[in-house]
Amino acid sequence: MSSAANPRQYIIKLIFIGVASVILLRLFFLQNFESKYKVMANDIAIYKKVVYPPRGVIYDRKGKVMLSNTTIYDLMVTPRNIKNFDTLQFCNALGLDIPGFMKIMKGVQSRNIDVRQSTFMEQLSPEQTARFQENQFSFPGFELVERNIREYKNATAGIVLGYIGEVSVDMLKKDRYASYRQGDYTGLSGLELQYEEALRGQRGVHFFERDKFNRPRDPYRGGALDTLEISGKSLELYMDADLQSYAEKLMQNKVGSVVAIDPQTGGILTMVSSPCYDPNLLRGKDRAKNYGALYREATRPLFNRATQAAYPPGSTIKPMTGLVALSVGAITPSFGLACYGSYNYCGRPIACEHKDGGHAANFRLALAHSCNSYFSHIFRLTIDYKSFGSVKVGLQKWHDYFSACGFGRQSGIDLPFEGKGLLPDTTTYNKMYRGVWNSCTVVFVGMGQGELALTPLQMANSMAIIANKGYYYIPHFVKSINNNYNDPLLKKYHEKKVVLNIPDSSFSAVQQAMQDVVESGTAIGAKVDGITVCAKTGTAENKALVNGTVIKMANHSMFVAFAPKENPKIAIAVAVENSGFGATWAAPIASLLIEKYLKDSVTVKRKSVEDKMFNAKLINKYVYTIDSAIRTHDAAVYKAKLERKHFVDSARRAQDSTLFIRWMEKRTRKK
Amino acid sequence: MSSLKKSLFYRIDGVMIMLYIFLVIIGLLTVFSVEHRSTDVTIFMANKNYSKQVIFFGYSLFLGLIILLTDSKFFASTAFLGYTVGVFVLIITIFIGVDVKGSHSWLGIGSFRFQPGEVCKIFTALALAKFLSLPETNFKTLRHRLMGVALALGPAVIVLLQNETGLALVYFCFLLVMYREGLPNAVLVIGFSLIALVLGTLLVERKLFFVLLTLLAALIGFMMRSLLRRKMAPRIILGGAWVFCIVFSQLAVPMVFKHVLKQHQIDRIYSMLGKEVPVEYNKNAEEGSDEKKVNASEYNVLQSKIAIGSGGFWGKGFLNGTSTKNQFVPEQNTDFIFTAVAEQFGFIGSLTLITIYVSLMLRIIFVAERQRSAFTRIYAYCVASILFFHFAVNISMTIGLAPVIGITLPFLSYGGSSLLSFSILIFILIRLDADRQAMIR
Repeated sequence: MSSAANPRQYIIKLIFIGVASVILLRLFFLQNFESKYKVMANDIAIYKKVVYPPRGVIYDRKGKVMLSNTTIYDLMVTPRNIKNFDTLQFCNALGLDIPGFMKIMKGVQSRNIDVRQSTFMEQLSPEQTARFQENQFSFPGFELVERNIREYKNATAGIVLGYIGEVSVDMLKKDRYASYRQGDYTGLSGLELQYEEALRGQRGVHFFERDKFNRPRDPYRGGALDTLEISGKSLELYMDADLQSYAEKLMQNKVGSVVAIDPQTGGILTMVSSPCYDPNLLRGKDRAKNYGALYREATRPLFNRATQAAYPPGSTIKPMTGLVALSVGAITPSFGLACYGSYNYCGRPIACEHKDGGHAANFRLALAHSCNSYFSHIFRLTIDYKSFGSVKVGLQKWHDYFSACGFGRQSGIDLPFEGKGLLPDTTTYNKMYRGVWNSCTVVFVGMGQGELALTPLQMANSMAIIANKGYYYIPHFVKSINNNYNDPLLKKYHEKKVVLNIPDSSFSAVQQAMQDVVESGTAIGAKVDGITVCAKTGTAENKALVNGTVIKMANHSMFVAFAPKENPKIAIAVAVENSGFGATWAAPIASLLIEKYLKDSVTVKRKSVEDKMFNAKLINKYVYTIDSAIRTHDAAVYKAKLERKHFVDSARRAQDSTLFIRWMEKRTRKK
Repeated sequence: MSSLKKSLFYRIDGVMIMLYIFLVIIGLLTVFSVEHRSTDVTIFMANKNYSKQVIFFGYSLFLGLIILLTDSKFFASTAFLGYTVGVFVLIITIFIGVDVKGSHSWLGIGSFRFQPGEVCKIFTALALAKFLSLPETNFKTLRHRLMGVALALGPAVIVLLQNETGLALVYFCFLLVMYREGLPNAVLVIGFSLIALVLGTLLVERKLFFVLLTLLAALIGFMMRSLLRRKMAPRIILGGAWVFCIVFSQLAVPMVFKHVLKQHQIDRIYSMLGKEVPVEYNKNAEEGSDEKKVNASEYNVLQSKIAIGSGGFWGKGFLNGTSTKNQFVPEQNTDFIFTAVAEQFGFIGSLTLITIYVSLMLRIIFVAERQRSAFTRIYAYCVASILFFHFAVNISMTIGLAPVIGITLPFLSYGGSSLLSFSILIFILIRLDADRQAMIR
């Protein structure tokens, strides 16, 4: 047998080679042509880690940090890794009780499988973190994970700085948020929203290999595919953090707003919308809760009055009325009016504070004494000016002047959701009076009442125009982005805006008159030693619409000013709602701010005024009543709308089901 | 004789030794790549399996040396004794065995554990060789044939009782040896046809399989047309075979699957092949629950296919396999070790490995056929068959061509029992081969 070759050895060899060939053939196709396995291998084994860079820091004009980032900790747990540990000690460290602990643990276990890490507690307080870290080694399975959140250093300027939050599903559908993903944070208001692109930075993507428990291990291909994160750009503001907190303190317990602008650059030094809130409330885990509470607040702290609220300017508009009258040539500075306590040329008399004959003998005197008759008259003279031909052309011309000064339109400030205010033009009145009107019909506009309404920002900006004698820069907050003063985002704020063609002499006259207001007129209380302040007080009548009835409310105390006259450094507008005369509240607040800004401190002799302002509580009780009335009304409207929608939906459903039943019947009949 | 003894070193088969060492070293590197973590400080770590495998390799070489120094007659003379002891140990393992994943096939002595079923293959091979080479055995008689089959499959039954199906199936490879020694051709043809039929029925789409079977029948009929024209019997056989195949694949299997088997049994059969259960057999789907339970074996095969498939032509490189490094493939050290090779070295690596295996098996057959001693020849065939069965089934199951039964890849898989028993198999063969010039036993 051994000598003759047995044929069966070849058959067995053939079987070996044949089976090996079949295996090789299968492997050849599997390894070279079935690319789905490559995709699957990458899917299961490659973990894409998104690294978020720190958001940009915001500094004030002196380099003080206003908004930065801080690290907080989330407590994560991997249930499988938990070994025996002292539950009581653990609970003490975190301030929990045992049932609470059990509840969270149960929740964690039902949410996730044992081997995966999940959140046990979000955003631990510093004390919790410290106590946990002390004993971290005795709690295996628990781990602190770092997270960055925003920190508002002085807890000021919340309305300006804004806040961030997770992008919502609706936002993600928009093109603007194309580069965002669920769970990303984005600015939702204020500068955080306006400069989102700069502050955000660029997130980095790191690829890791992960094991079957989903734990990241080594960098994939040594990190060759990774992109590095780029940290957010820092912003330098014109804002003065000290002045800001001082202003907020002056405005506490009042409803109103303050806007201060540097006329030479258009940079905003201070912007307060009172009552203020602590911006630190609007971050982290309690954001939604706190937001709700602030939203429900009757005084509406989330509403930026400085850029969104439209106040009737009252007498503070008089410098502008005068300026336009002088500019078009309707009057000369020496024009005088004999006023004996009321203006009687237009039917119903318009009251004036002063009765002595000479108080409106010329423009300076009239402005210093804030004579209503005088300004009503010169407003009429302006729009009825003979070279315009008709009152309609005249009013439009006046509108153009005011519009050029920024009234009735958005200024373009670098804050989102800016208001426009109200500036009437011919169309407005044609609509209101069906085309039949004359200068007497609209006379109240001349003294800042009627259809005219301005935002505090617009008022402050008009002061900047008067201070600069005819030009302004669009008010803005940001001086530089990452120390680049010529960032494209800031380009429009470097353009000098010249306001029509108003002669210098008109400005001089108005400035002179405004100086008199402080030195011998209605705003003597606003005088600052050693500084020539030009100002105008205002006491604005206002009404509220509550449940369909118009109610006249206490006057707004208004004040506008700029200083110093020769080399203006600050232009300011203050509005204190429903508090009375402009000279009583708004004027001292503005002058204290001017003093603080220009001299860095307030003199001892004005401490009493300061204290008075700090302590005054000027929020009227009816604010709450009116607010609740408005909210009830809004809720009713919303409910009605919802009900209507619900009704339509149910009707449609009913129809659908009828159709379906019919179709079913037809089907069964066929069968 | 004395001159022969002096040159024992020159008489041992170098090719076999070389291929053996190649495979063991590939195995060590592969186990290393599976176990190695980038965080490891040193390469040689005592608590890692690859270190243990190196030690097992040392044991194997030591045992190999002892075997080479043993008189070759020893193996033939103690064959039946060893077989008896082996079967005895197998039987007591059922009762005192350690429970590992539901099977009682492991014996524990102190910290050392081994699988008697693995070792018993050697005794069975020796006993079968001895039985078939006995002068009084006439393998042409049915009685002796049945005795041979019983000798080979006896241990398989016991291993089956230990609940270790995979290992039990290995013993069927001895049928190949008996075929070489004179079992009729029909056994082989029918055996292979049945395996092909069962796998084809499960793996190939039913209508396509019908067409394939019919084409095959037509092809055979065309090739044997002269024979068919002359005689009746082949016609009946061919026709009968075709009808049987069709009935089996088109009627019997679907009937059994639909009406006899429970859903979990069907799931198990398909998941062992790493395939999803076809819609027609999925009884749960009809009830509308689309909850898909991923069976353990199905998961294994999917992960295994992912690892192999993602290796591509050139592979991902040593220690760069993402699936291997991160432990996605279960049992990758042992049953699925091939995936590590295929992922890291790609098709080229797979081709090389398979070539080495086939070379080793062909070399063993070459060695077998040059023997004057029937005992050595039959033993060599036993070794080749065991290697072949392990190799073919193990690799096939990683790529979804065979059901997942827990058998190892010879010389590569981690594990003392496996490596030691295969080493002993090979070394005994080398020792016997060294004495091929000696007198006929």
